[in-house]
Amino acid sequence: MRSRAEGARLLTLLGLAALPLVVLGVFFVLPVSGMLARGLWPDGSLDLAGVVEVFGRPRVHRVLWFTLWSAGLGTLLSVLLGLPVAHLLYRRRFPGRGALRAALLVPFVLPTVVVGVAFRRLLATGGPLGGLGLDGSAAAIVAALVFFNVAVVVRAVGSTWESLDPRPAEAAAALGASPRQVLWTVTLPALRPAVVSAASVVFLFCATAFGVVLTLGGLRYSTVETEIYLLTTNLLDLQAAAALALLQLVVVVALLLVTQRLRRTADPAREHRVGHAPQLGRRDLPAVLVSLVPLALVVVPLAGLVVGSVRVEGEWSLAAYRALTRPTAVLPATVQDALVTSLRTAVDATWMSLLLGLLVAAVVTRRSRSRAERRTRALLDGLFMLPLGVSAVMVGFGFLITLDRPPLDLRDSPLLVPIAQALVALPLVVRTLAPALGGIDDRQRQAAASLGAPPWRVALTVDLPVVWRPLLAAAGFAFAVSLGEFGATSFLVREDHPTLPVVIYRLLGRPGDLNAEMALAASVVLAATTAVVMLAVERLRVRSLGAW
Amino acid sequence: MTPATTVEHAGELRLEDVGLDYDGVPVVRDVSLTVPAGGVLAVLGPSGSGKSTLLRGIAGLEPLTEGRVLLDGRDLAGVPTHRRGCALMFQDGQLFAHLTVAQNVGYPLKVRRAPADEVRRRVAELLDLVGLSSYDDRLPATLSGGERQRVALARALAADPKALLLDEPLSALDATLRARLAEDLRGILSDAGTTTVLVTHEQEEAFAVADTMAVMRAGRVVQHGSVAEVWRAPVDAETALFLGYASVLTGDAAGSVLAAAGLATGGDVAVRRSALRAGGEGPLSGVVVAARSAAEQLRLLVDVTGVGRIEAVAPLGSHLGPGDVVRLAVDATRLATLAPS
Amino acid sequence: MSHPRPRRTGLLLAVAALALASCSLTAESDGPSAPATSGEAAGGPVVLVTHESFALPKKLIRAFEAATGYTHEVRANGDAGTLTNKLVLTQGSPTGDVAFGVDNTFASRALDADVFDPADVALPPGAEAYALPEGGDRLLPIDSGSVCVNIDTTWFRSHHVTPPATLADLTEPAYRDLFVTPGAPTSSPGMAFLLTTIAAEGDSWPDYWSALMANGTRITSGWSDAYFVDFTQGGGDGTRPIVLSYDSSPAFTVKNGRSTTKALLDTCFQQVEYAGVLAGAANPAGARAFLDFLLSPEVQAALPESMYVFPVRDGVELPADWARFAKRPTSPYSLDPAEVDAHRDEWLTTWQDVTTR
Repeated sequence: MRSRAEGARLLTLLGLAALPLVVLGVFFVLPVSGMLARGLWPDGSLDLAGVVEVFGRPRVHRVLWFTLWSAGLGTLLSVLLGLPVAHLLYRRRFPGRGALRAALLVPFVLPTVVVGVAFRRLLATGGPLGGLGLDGSAAAIVAALVFFNVAVVVRAVGSTWESLDPRPAEAAAALGASPRQVLWTVTLPALRPAVVSAASVVFLFCATAFGVVLTLGGLRYSTVETEIYLLTTNLLDLQAAAALALLQLVVVVALLLVTQRLRRTADPAREHRVGHAPQLGRRDLPAVLVSLVPLALVVVPLAGLVVGSVRVEGEWSLAAYRALTRPTAVLPATVQDALVTSLRTAVDATWMSLLLGLLVAAVVTRRSRSRAERRTRALLDGLFMLPLGVSAVMVGFGFLITLDRPPLDLRDSPLLVPIAQALVALPLVVRTLAPALGGIDDRQRQAAASLGAPPWRVALTVDLPVVWRPLLAAAGFAFAVSLGEFGATSFLVREDHPTLPVVIYRLLGRPGDLNAEMALAASVVLAATTAVVMLAVERLRVRSLGAW
Repeated sequence: MTPATTVEHAGELRLEDVGLDYDGVPVVRDVSLTVPAGGVLAVLGPSGSGKSTLLRGIAGLEPLTEGRVLLDGRDLAGVPTHRRGCALMFQDGQLFAHLTVAQNVGYPLKVRRAPADEVRRRVAELLDLVGLSSYDDRLPATLSGGERQRVALARALAADPKALLLDEPLSALDATLRARLAEDLRGILSDAGTTTVLVTHEQEEAFAVADTMAVMRAGRVVQHGSVAEVWRAPVDAETALFLGYASVLTGDAAGSVLAAAGLATGGDVAVRRSALRAGGEGPLSGVVVAARSAAEQLRLLVDVTGVGRIEAVAPLGSHLGPGDVVRLAVDATRLATLAPS
Repeated sequence: MSHPRPRRTGLLLAVAALALASCSLTAESDGPSAPATSGEAAGGPVVLVTHESFALPKKLIRAFEAATGYTHEVRANGDAGTLTNKLVLTQGSPTGDVAFGVDNTFASRALDADVFDPADVALPPGAEAYALPEGGDRLLPIDSGSVCVNIDTTWFRSHHVTPPATLADLTEPAYRDLFVTPGAPTSSPGMAFLLTTIAAEGDSWPDYWSALMANGTRITSGWSDAYFVDFTQGGGDGTRPIVLSYDSSPAFTVKNGRSTTKALLDTCFQQVEYAGVLAGAANPAGARAFLDFLLSPEVQAALPESMYVFPVRDGVELPADWARFAKRPTSPYSLDPAEVDAHRDEWLTTWQDVTTR
C-alpha cells in the first residue's frame, strides 16, 4: 500500500514532466543521438578505437584545456562583476535603473558577427582601444564572454535578491555584524542557490560559445565547440565531432553533479518578501565602482555600434537607416519586415519556453518524499540543462537526419526554430524560476488546498504571486535568446522570411556601399527593440502584486 | 465500501486503525479515534510523537499506509485535500502575504464561487467573530502574531469545513496571549459547532479548548478519553508527567502519600505541585529545603519523612523558610493513582 | 503604515501576452507553405536548398512561378561547406528538390556521396567552360567569381609605396604588417586563398605561409572581419591596405567615378558555384525547371547585383560599375576538385600548424 502511494506520486511527477520530456526527447535527444550514432558507428559497427584516437590528439587536449579555463574564467568574472551590479539594480533605487537593467540584456541578442565587428573595431590596432594590445588575445575572448553573460548573473541573482527576506540581514546587523560581515554571513549564503544556478548556466554558455571565440580569437584559440563546428561544417569528420560531443556531455554531467551539490541549502523553505529598495547612497560607493567595469564592458561596444551606424564616409548620417527600409537585391528583406519575423518567432519561443520551464521548475522544486523521488527530480533537473551544454551544430545537423520521416517529419515545420530556441532558453527559465518556487513554504499550498482550492487554484494563489517576477525575468531571457538566434537555430532551414540576424549576416557577407553601416544599423534596431521589450517587462515587474 | 450513512454520522470524524509512514519509516500506527459532530478532540503529545503527521493524514496531505479516515461516514481514501472539507490551520497561520485580511478570509468563499455580497457579509461576520472587525484592508505583514492566528482561524472557518484541523494553533504566541486566545478559541469553536481536531504539545491548550483528549507517544495513542478522565487517571507515569503532574512516586513513597490522602495503597501515584499543602495540620511532616514566592502562594521544596524531597505549597504570608519543620496535608483530588509499573 | 491594494494589471497584461502568442502561431501558418496544387505535372512546390548568400530579385521569382506553375520555396543557411555537408548527411532523404551553391572546392564530396541525380538540362553557350571535369552531367555551373588579393590604391598613393602585384610580393619587407586575410578553416574565401597558394607554390606552400606570417600577416576568422575591421577601405579605422577579397569588390568602392581599390589579378583563385537535382527529390521536374531558370539570360544578368558573382552564360550584359571596375583574371589558379577533397583535412591541419606556430 505504501509503495502504491509512492508510485502514485512518482506518476504525478512524470505526468507533469511528460510534455517537457517529449519535447526534449524529440528535439534534442533524438537529433544528438542521431549525430552521435553516425559518428560512432561509421560503417554500421561501433568504432571505439577511432574515438580513443581522437581523444589522444594533442590538439584535442589543447582545445579542451582552453575551453575549460576560458569558460571558467569567464564564469568567475561574470559572477564577480555581476553580483555588485545585481545589488545596485535590484536592491537600490535610482533614476534610470530600468533602462540599465534593459541595456544589460542587449548583448544577449546581438549576433556574434556584429559583436565581433563591434569589439574588434574597438580593439584593432587603429581602434580607440587599440593601444591595449588586446586584439586577438585570450583576454579579448574572456572579455566578450563576460560581455554576453554578465546579464545572466545580474538577472538571475537579482530577481532572487530582490525578493530575499531582509530580516535575517537586519538581525545580523543588530547583532553587531558590519555590512561586509552581513554580506558574507547572511546575504551571500542565502543567494548561493541562485548564484550557483546562474554560474552553471553561464559556464555552459561560455563553454559552448563559438562565434565570439572564432571572431575574437582570430583562429589562434579553439574551443571544443569551435572544433565541432569546423569538423562538422567543413571537414565532415563526424567521428571526431561525435568524440568531442561526448567529451562535452561528460563535462556537462560533471558540472551538473557539482552544482547540484552546491545548490543544496539547509533551509529551502525561506520566507520571501519584497523589501522596499532604499535609494542609492554613499555606502554603495564600492558597489558602484565595481559595477562600472561590467557596465563599461557592455556600454562601450554598444556605443561603438551606434556610432558606427551613423558614421558614413567620415560624416554623421542616417543614410544606413534609410537604406534599410528600402528593398534592394542585396537586402533580403526590409528591416521592418525582418523585425516582424524576428518578433513573431521570439513570441512563440518565449511562451513555449515559459510553459515548459514552469512545468520543469514545478517538478524539480516540489518537496520529495523518498530518496527515489528525490533522485528522479535531480535527474530531470539535470536533463533539461543539457541543450545548453551540447554543441548546437550537433543539434542542428541532427534535426536534418532524424526528423525526416513520419511521424516526426518536422524538418520543414515553421515551429522548429521557436522550439529549438525554447529548448536553449529552457535552462535559463528553469534556473530563474526554480529558486523562487523552491523558496515557497509548501504549507502555503497545503493551506490553500485544505481551504478547498483545487490544484490549479493553489498554483494561482500561492505560486504565481511569488513566481511572477522571476517569470517575467525569464520571459526576458527567452525573448532575448530567440531574438539573438542562438545555437542550433542558425543551422536550421529557413523560410522566405528572413529574421533580422539573417539580414545582418547577409549585409556583412560582401563589400558594398554602406553594407557595414547598414549591418550595424540593423544591429542597433535589434538592440533597441530588445531594450524596449525589456523596459516594458520591467514596468510589468513593478506592478506585479496581482490579486488572484 | 461503506455506504455513506450521512444522517447517522453527520459531522462525525472517525479514524480506524490509521497508520502513516515517512520515507518508509513508520510514524503513526494503529490510531483509532472518533470525534462526534461538533466535538473538539485534542491530540496531545511531545514533538516527534506523530501527532502532526496524523493531522496531515486526515487532511489528505500524507497518504495513509494503513486504515481509513471517515468523515460523515464517508471513507476519504482517494479524495484529494481540496475536496475533503477539512480546513487545516497551521501553527503560523500561513496567510497569503499578498492578499489583505479580508481577501484571505474570503478566499475559501471565492474558491467556492460564492456571490460577492455573500463573501462580504460572511467575511465581516467572521472577522467580527475573531474580534478583528476593522482589519479588512490590512496586509498580513502588518499584523501581530495573535492577530494573524485569528485571521487564519476566521479563514479556516470561512471554508465552512466539516472538520477543522488545528496544528498547534497557539504555540507560536506568548503565554498571556495564548491563555486569552485559548479561551476565545473555545468560545468560537462552540459557537461555530464545527467538529475539530486540535494538535498540541501544551496540555494547557488542550484543557482549555477540547472536550476529549488523545495522548500520543511514539506514533501510538496511549490514552484516549474525556479531558477530565485523562486528567484524573493518566495511564502511566510518562503520561502523567506530560500532563503536568510535578512528579510520580513509586513504592514506599507512593504508599506514604496515598495513605496520607486516605486512598488505597499499592500503586504508583502522580502528584501535582499543589497536592501537598503546608502551613496547617496534616498527616505528613518534613523540613523545608527551599521557599519561593509565587503569585498566589508560596512554593516549597520539602524533605518529607518517608517520601523524600517533594514540592509543596503554602498560603502567602506563612513566612516559612529553609530549616523550618512543617506538617503537610494531602489533597486527594490533586493526585492520580497509576497502575504499578 | 500603508496598505497597498493589490492590482489586476499584471493579470490583464499576461492575458494580452498570451493572446499575442496565439496570434503569432496562427500568423506563422499562412507563410509560403501555402496550398499546394496536387503535386502532379506542372504545379506544386519546388524547394531550393541553398546557402545564406542566395538572393534573386522577387520579380524574377514571380515570373518563374507564373511561367511554370510551380511555387518556389527556399531553405537557405550556412555557407557552401555547411550546405554541402548537409546535403551529404541527408543523402536519399533531401530537404528539397534542387540545390544551388556547392562550389568547386566541395563539388567532389557531394558527387562522391551521390547527392545529385543527372540533371538532363542543356548548358547555355559559354557555360561549358566552367563545367566540372567529372560529374558535369549532375552539377551545372551557374556563376563564377574569383577570390583575389585586393589593395587600397589610395593608401599606396598617399604613402608613396609601390603597390604589390604578385603572391611573392606579399612576403616582401615593404609590405610588412599590411596584409589581412580570413583563415582557411572558417571562411570560404580564406580556403580559396589557401588553395591559391597551393596551386601557385606546390608542395612548398607551407614555406610560403611561414614567410607570410613572418611578414606580419593578420588572420581573421571571417571575411567580414578582415574587410570591415582591418582593411583601410572597410569603413572603419582599419590599418591594413591589403586584404583578401573578390575580383568584383572594386566595383563597390567607387568614389567620384573611380574605384579606390583594385584586385591583383595574378593572385586569384576561381570559384564556380553549381546547382543540381537532388537524388530522391519529390519534384524532379520542378527541379529541372528551376535549373533552366537559373541559366536563363534574365537570372544570369541579375547575378552580379544579387549575389556579387559573374554569369557563366555568354553575352550577358554586366552592370556599368562592374564593366568598368570589376576586372576579371585571365588565368586564375585552380585545382582539381577531387584533389581538394582528398587533401582538405591534411592541408588545413598543416595550415593551422604553420599559422599558429
